[in-house]
Amino acid sequence: MEVPILKQGQYLIASIQSALTDADLSQLREALIAQVGRYRARGVIVDVTALDVMDSFAVRTLRDVTHMARLRGSETVIVGIQPEVAFAMVQLGLTLKGVATALDLEEGLAFLDQRGRDRVERGN
Amino acid sequence: MSTKEAAAMVRISPLSAQRAPSREEMAPLLSELVSHLRESRTQLRQEWARRIALTQLLRAMTEEEIFAEATSVYDNYVEALETGTFEALQAYSRNLSERIIPRGVETHEVVGIVLLLRDVLARSLFAKYHEDFTQLNRILDTYEPAANRIANTVAVGFVQERERIILQQQEAIRELSTPVLQVRERLLILPIIGVIDPHRARQLTEQLLRAIRTNRAKVVVIDITGVAAMDANVANHLVQTVEAARLLGATVIVTGLSPEIAQTLVTIGVDLSEMATVGDLQGGIEEAERLLGYKVLPLAELGSQN
Repeated sequence: MEVPILKQGQYLIASIQSALTDADLSQLREALIAQVGRYRARGVIVDVTALDVMDSFAVRTLRDVTHMARLRGSETVIVGIQPEVAFAMVQLGLTLKGVATALDLEEGLAFLDQRGRDRVERGN
Repeated sequence: MSTKEAAAMVRISPLSAQRAPSREEMAPLLSELVSHLRESRTQLRQEWARRIALTQLLRAMTEEEIFAEATSVYDNYVEALETGTFEALQAYSRNLSERIIPRGVETHEVVGIVLLLRDVLARSLFAKYHEDFTQLNRILDTYEPAANRIANTVAVGFVQERERIILQQQEAIRELSTPVLQVRERLLILPIIGVIDPHRARQLTEQLLRAIRTNRAKVVVIDITGVAAMDANVANHLVQTVEAARLLGATVIVTGLSPEIAQTLVTIGVDLSEMATVGDLQGGIEEAERLLGYKVLPLAELGSQN
């Protein structure tokens, strides 16, 4: 199933609605990286609220998206990880190091806004 | 029949002569036994209570109580012998345990009194049949297995009741010992007191993650002042809790690491570099407030600013 990617101001929002196959995940990664450039997005939010399982491939893909988007000038934040999913991920050692996380979409937007302000203060 | 099978039968036959008597064979002996115990009820019961007092068992109970309990145990005992069913006795021993455990009666006392009763009854059988050794043997064949089973039932009932109470208390302690408290909008504290085992660590993490969700927390202060000791396992649990909370978008600050724990952690080489630590709970809360953009000022200072 293809994941819809919405443009909201300077941000891209990918809202995952159902369990994804590895191919879907790769497709999502490519689409996000391409669109970051096309829309000159400052931030990417991936909403995983609907996922009740997160395997190693999914975690790796999300981490890759973050690093790739950063190289293209965009901050990524993963939002909506369920408590049970977080617990299982930690037990499996899948901890998304170096990836920003937030409670939900609202928090994610607030986080990106804050990052934007920090950047303005730093002057770049 | 092959020679092999025949040989096997020969080997078995001496054993089968000693097998336990069947239920039909036992029935008349059993009724004789039961009627003997019924007839001598008053006397044997008193003898038993006297022996209990003599051996100083059940010191938490008064003499009248011991006698009353002894009577019911005796009657239940005889009934179990007669019917061969142990449900009533099981229920009674559970009930008895419920009453006497809170008064500090020990396992050895309960086992002790049941064995005493066994002894008293066996002696009365010896006294009755001492002239007819064959009959005594047959009666004992009937009595011994049943008596053992009764002793077993009562002891097991007592121990089970104890274990049930222990489990219940452990559960209560666990529930009491992991409160997640909100001290300010979006700021939670989790004071941990006592021992962290894998089960508790798991429960703690689950509870914390749920609380982060419901309170929409951004910062969590975990205070471990009350944790006496920490090893590599516990430290790893703590690291996992911190990481899981981060996945939900919350920052964790750990406070109150005692000098001993700090030394142990460095000595055993646990990597806590990912973890934000602050000396005490006050410092942790101040740091959390800074992260959340709060600043606590004395009212007087606030007035002068306006």
